[in-house]
Amino acid sequence: MRTTEPASEGPTGADTGGAPSVTATGGSGRARRVLAYVLGRLMTAVVSLFAVIVAGFFLFRILPGDPVRAMTEGREVTAEQREELRRQFGLDQPLWRQFLDYAEGLLRLDLGVSFQYRESVVDLILERLGPTILLAGTGTVIAALLGLFLGSRAGWKPGGRGDRVNTAIALFFWSVPTFWLGLLLIVLLASGRGFMPGLFPTGGMVDPGLTGSLERALSTARHMVLPVITMVAVIYAQYLMIMRSSLMDEKGADYLTTARAKGLRDVLVRRRHAVPNALLPTVTLIFLNLGQVVSGVILVETVFSWPGLGQLFYSGLGVPDLGLVQGLFVVFAASVILMNLLADLVYPLLDPRVRP
Amino acid sequence: MSAPTEPTPHGPEPTGSEPEVVLSPRALARRRHREALGRFAREYARNRAGLFGLTSLLTIGLLALTAPLFIDQAHLTVTGAPGDGYQAPSVEYPLGTDNFGRSILDLIIWGSRVSLAVGLLATFVSVALGTLAGITAGHFGSSGGRGGRILSSVIMRVTDWFLVLPTLVMAVALAAVLPRGTGTIVLAIGLTVWPPTARLVRAQTLAVEARPYVERARALGGGHAHVMGRHVLPNVMPVVLAQTTLLVATSIIAESTLAFLGMGDPTTISWGGVLQAARTSGAISAGIWWYIVPPGLAIAIVALSFTLCGRAVESVINPRLRGPR
Repeated sequence: MRTTEPASEGPTGADTGGAPSVTATGGSGRARRVLAYVLGRLMTAVVSLFAVIVAGFFLFRILPGDPVRAMTEGREVTAEQREELRRQFGLDQPLWRQFLDYAEGLLRLDLGVSFQYRESVVDLILERLGPTILLAGTGTVIAALLGLFLGSRAGWKPGGRGDRVNTAIALFFWSVPTFWLGLLLIVLLASGRGFMPGLFPTGGMVDPGLTGSLERALSTARHMVLPVITMVAVIYAQYLMIMRSSLMDEKGADYLTTARAKGLRDVLVRRRHAVPNALLPTVTLIFLNLGQVVSGVILVETVFSWPGLGQLFYSGLGVPDLGLVQGLFVVFAASVILMNLLADLVYPLLDPRVRP
Repeated sequence: MSAPTEPTPHGPEPTGSEPEVVLSPRALARRRHREALGRFAREYARNRAGLFGLTSLLTIGLLALTAPLFIDQAHLTVTGAPGDGYQAPSVEYPLGTDNFGRSILDLIIWGSRVSLAVGLLATFVSVALGTLAGITAGHFGSSGGRGGRILSSVIMRVTDWFLVLPTLVMAVALAAVLPRGTGTIVLAIGLTVWPPTARLVRAQTLAVEARPYVERARALGGGHAHVMGRHVLPNVMPVVLAQTTLLVATSIIAESTLAFLGMGDPTTISWGGVLQAARTSGAISAGIWWYIVPPGLAIAIVALSFTLCGRAVESVINPRLRGPR
């Protein structure tokens, strides 16, 4: 599925690809075009964000299922208690009223209240944000570096032994469910059963009872090993495949023939000429695939009981705590939209060909 | 397809007879299809990874279909379990038993039925959605006038929006608000994984619509439905087929993920459900590897096989992807 994406970018890229033919007509015209480009992207992001908020709100209300019934499932509650809960969460108001309240709350950065923790969703999220950024950031950076490196090797000699082995391994990890890999690593390296000693902790983030900051940092690092390995193993494949196909597209380019004709060694042709150009289309795709990272982090945190947003999401699903799940839905989607906006704005700086 | 004579046959043709000298347009078309299919099969057979994937899929499919013949369903219930809890692999139970004493091999074989069915159905839903959105956007974007361009860009905006959103979060949210069950899982996956197909189909549609025979069909008075159904759809199908095969892998993994997160129906046996049961029963920290390795391996093998098949199909229909042999 991922491997086909670069191909599908072709025709749509045509509208940006047509831009360079319009030569700069003057300083003010250019500034206006840049401004129009930036404003256009901003508008798109704002509309997407608004759609996320609306979808998040109505998805959790219009579809069958009563939040109060869901909240009280499995418990004995009287009709009065139900009414009380309904009033408390504003569920007795008409839907449009509820939405306006919700939207107004969002402007004040208020995502509502968690049914389960009886706490503000924003507070809960802020509490768990740090661990998630630590885990997802480390995992993504390592996976991107590894995938790009291996992909540039594989794409340079497609069909060669290195390519076949690398692609096979990547495809295998790509076909493996994230959470299963995590479970396996726990059984193998952390449970302490069988022939392997328990090298790593099975879950959590820091051993309890540690006070020194160095001690805590070391303990966190030890807790991070298995979750990070799991994340990297599952997401590096797509970076590898993107880099590989991007480099394969670049391989026939004339400037590489020129570089070779100059007498440059093959390694240098790849490293100095082909890879930098192949990296460019890869950048946007890395940002576009951020949704995958979010999915990965939810599963990894669930498996390793990492106290981050993913685990919070999972804890909300079991209840189900719709207030919390809805808030996290908006936050996850918004972060991906913002990252895409960032990619759109940064990309023209990197690649002069698509400059507006 | 570029029909050699008339775009539509006039009334019933003598299809059964086999004229030696003059072939009817239909017979010609059929022979051409047969030849194309043969060429496709030959090309495909040259791809060793693709053959491997196909063989393993056929084997697993056969096992899943015939499972009721050699597995006693009573042995799959918690109360009718034949063995003791957590027995290590032995001759009687090749993959050991779970916490209730059910044979894990039986659970895996039985679970393949739900996992494969959900994977295929969800793929069907998403491919149908993606193809519809893609062809509509592509067709009306290039030849629908002003209104068509607006419709096309609206569809693509929606597609992009779905493409950007984290798939798992969307699917989980859908599964959480809909009534629990296998149908919900199918719907949750189908409604979230279609955007890449839509983009792909749109790109292909634009390429097809630029060809002269589509212009000819339009000049002869072919309406939107005719052009989309008779000319664009058949030419988009190969790409859709490759995409479908790749999507099944995604859908099966998604099914196991949703089941693992507890969104599935706890009474049905699926691979993700077995893993979820293993986790909740505490087999992970107890190091009961035979409860955890087989279901995941089954998912990985099936997903890998579908991916290999999809890549093989892709390389047959798109020679650019075939590297120097």
